Amino acid sequence: MMKKFIAKAYIWLLLALLYAPLLFIAVFSFTESRVLGNWTGFSVKLYQNLFLAKMQGSATLLSALENTLLIAVIAAMLSTMLGTVAAIGIFNLKGRKRQTMNLLNSIPMVNPDIITGVSLFLLFVFLHISQGYVTVILAHVTFCTPYVVLSVMPRLSQMNPNIYEAAMDLGATPFQALVKVMVPMLRPGMVSGFMLSFTMSLDDFVVTFFTRGTIGLDTLSTYIYTDARKGGLTPELRPLMTLIFLIILILLVIINVRQAKTQKKKV
Amino acid sequence: MENYIIDIQHLSKSFGDKKVLRDINIKVRKGEFVTLLGPSGCGKTTILRLIAGFLAPNEGTILLDGKDIGNLPPYQRPLNTVFQRYALFPHLDVYDNIAFGLKLKNVPQKDIDAKVRKVLRLVNMEDYEERDVDSLSGGQQQRVAIARALVNKPKVLLLDEPLAALDLKMRKDMQIELKEMHEKLGITFVYVTHDQEEALTLSDTIVVLNEGKIQQVGTPTDIYNEPVNSFVADFIGDSNILDGTMLCDRKVKFIDEEFDCVDEGFGENTPVEVVVRPEDVNIKKDKSKAQFFGTVTSCTFKGVYYQLFINTDKGYELMVQDYHKFEVGDRVGMQITPENIQVMHKERTCNSFKAVVVDSNHLEMLGGVFECCKTDIEPGTKVRAEVDFDKIDLMDHQDEGSAAGQVHSIIYKGNHYHLTILTDKRKHIFVNTNDVWDKRDLVGIRIEPKDIKIVEVNED
Repeated sequence: MMKKFIAKAYIWLLLALLYAPLLFIAVFSFTESRVLGNWTGFSVKLYQNLFLAKMQGSATLLSALENTLLIAVIAAMLSTMLGTVAAIGIFNLKGRKRQTMNLLNSIPMVNPDIITGVSLFLLFVFLHISQGYVTVILAHVTFCTPYVVLSVMPRLSQMNPNIYEAAMDLGATPFQALVKVMVPMLRPGMVSGFMLSFTMSLDDFVVTFFTRGTIGLDTLSTYIYTDARKGGLTPELRPLMTLIFLIILILLVIINVRQAKTQKKKV
Repeated sequence: MENYIIDIQHLSKSFGDKKVLRDINIKVRKGEFVTLLGPSGCGKTTILRLIAGFLAPNEGTILLDGKDIGNLPPYQRPLNTVFQRYALFPHLDVYDNIAFGLKLKNVPQKDIDAKVRKVLRLVNMEDYEERDVDSLSGGQQQRVAIARALVNKPKVLLLDEPLAALDLKMRKDMQIELKEMHEKLGITFVYVTHDQEEALTLSDTIVVLNEGKIQQVGTPTDIYNEPVNSFVADFIGDSNILDGTMLCDRKVKFIDEEFDCVDEGFGENTPVEVVVRPEDVNIKKDKSKAQFFGTVTSCTFKGVYYQLFINTDKGYELMVQDYHKFEVGDRVGMQITPENIQVMHKERTCNSFKAVVVDSNHLEMLGGVFECCKTDIEPGTKVRAEVDFDKIDLMDHQDEGSAAGQVHSIIYKGNHYHLTILTDKRKHIFVNTNDVWDKRDLVGIRIEPKDIKIVEVNED
């Protein structure tokens, strides 16, 4: 009995520690106080400000949000395409070559962000590529693609090795076989690779910071960083964080429910 | 001049430095059911993949209707394949799987509907159009795979062990259905299998393959009744394979007895191999009509017949099939009809190796150094060494011999085993032994110095 209680308490404590910061932000998004931690009574004013863009520097916050989403979507799409094709290529290599490619693919994933960021920065400078949108997207594609490769690979090994040949045998050109057979079969792996890339691009700070150049391009993370250095966080960030968290939570629940449903159907 | 739909000429294929096909020549008539038969790794699937276009040959040409298709990609060849593990598209239902090829050819929707329905009727799968392919049984999936290939009206249907994944009962049923389909459609079938019974049941022509080479081409009855070598005899059906001597035309000696036979032209006192099928050894109730005698050592009921092992009085073991039951220890008289004795040329009578003289009493061959009798041939000279089959000793451990190898195949010859050993340098050695070995056993190879004969000195 006691043992059970301790086990349960441990889990709850762990969850509490994990979710306390989020909860803290969410609670304090419903008060007007400029300083985080001061409760000045319940209010939805910050939400109103956010949606009606009635706050100081709201234009830059909204454009940072827009940049973040745009970069994440484009980078995730490019990485998904590149990573899927690369996965097919690596999968069809034999023995030692395949091992080498897998190793090369996993190095960028364990490489610290700061090194990726600085080296990309130096590369862009060396190649005289003016930094801005394009370089940030290129940088994000660089660190997302290996994850797509990793999430597509297991689908490939589950696949019947004759499937691609079967498509060609029935008259499909290699491109048609890719589009009509390979992509639909790899779709679950591609979707999870896309999601992974999207979220990683969304919350990247270090690499973005080094590759965004000096034209004043801000994503949410760099905006918050500069904002915090200017003297305190803009209070409207609290409702924004809360909303982002809620949206992701809802998305996760939907994905999980759908997965559970399809699994039930299979059984 | 005959009209061949497929004409394969001098086809060779290597993977890396491993030759998997050597000089393959196959001609297939229109509407024929041809089976490529052989043990796993003999190259039969490689031939099929070369015809389908998934592999490119190193040498040789493949003619389809007289046109060279060697350079066409698979999607431009008017052939379709049924794969071993079906390879259906799991994201499509039965209808869309079958319609896949037609849709790519932009066939009008109305025609697609009609064709799919027709082919589903052919494979007895009506009313399955909407079903998910994952929800079908193995047999049903195979029917869909066959339908998906046939709906495109291929000139030749290639089948790669299509029934291997099915259970025995289902396999038998599908064999009959395939045979019926073939007769009904008149499409040429090229069928790959390792199952000799399946090959005998289905085919018009069987091509027996081993180690990348064609062993024999013929009708099922030809292959069964007149195997050209001990490999074919051993691979197809049960058989007694025995060493013998052709005394003169129509007279052969084996198991230390003389028999009349129907073969001629082997010369006199020529060493040969003899094949006698177990059902062709007749046990005679009337002992005066028997040619030789033996004692039953085992008798097993096999459903329709009993399978007996009989030790002849002269010390050979024969496998015999008979409809009557015998007790172990029974003494029986036996007779073999001349037509049922199949005499074959001996492919080899002794081992012959390339060797290099190391010093006055050592030779290097088979990837090792062997002691031999004193020789005055200059060290470094290339020679040929001969060793009799029964003069090679096999050791339990590879390092006990002068060279190492692995048991590759075993044929029982009535009173001894004839083994093929593959050395580490991929050379074949043939050994006669009384010891029991298993396939893939690792062995050391030892030869007594006096048994190595240096027969020929190559000057160059």
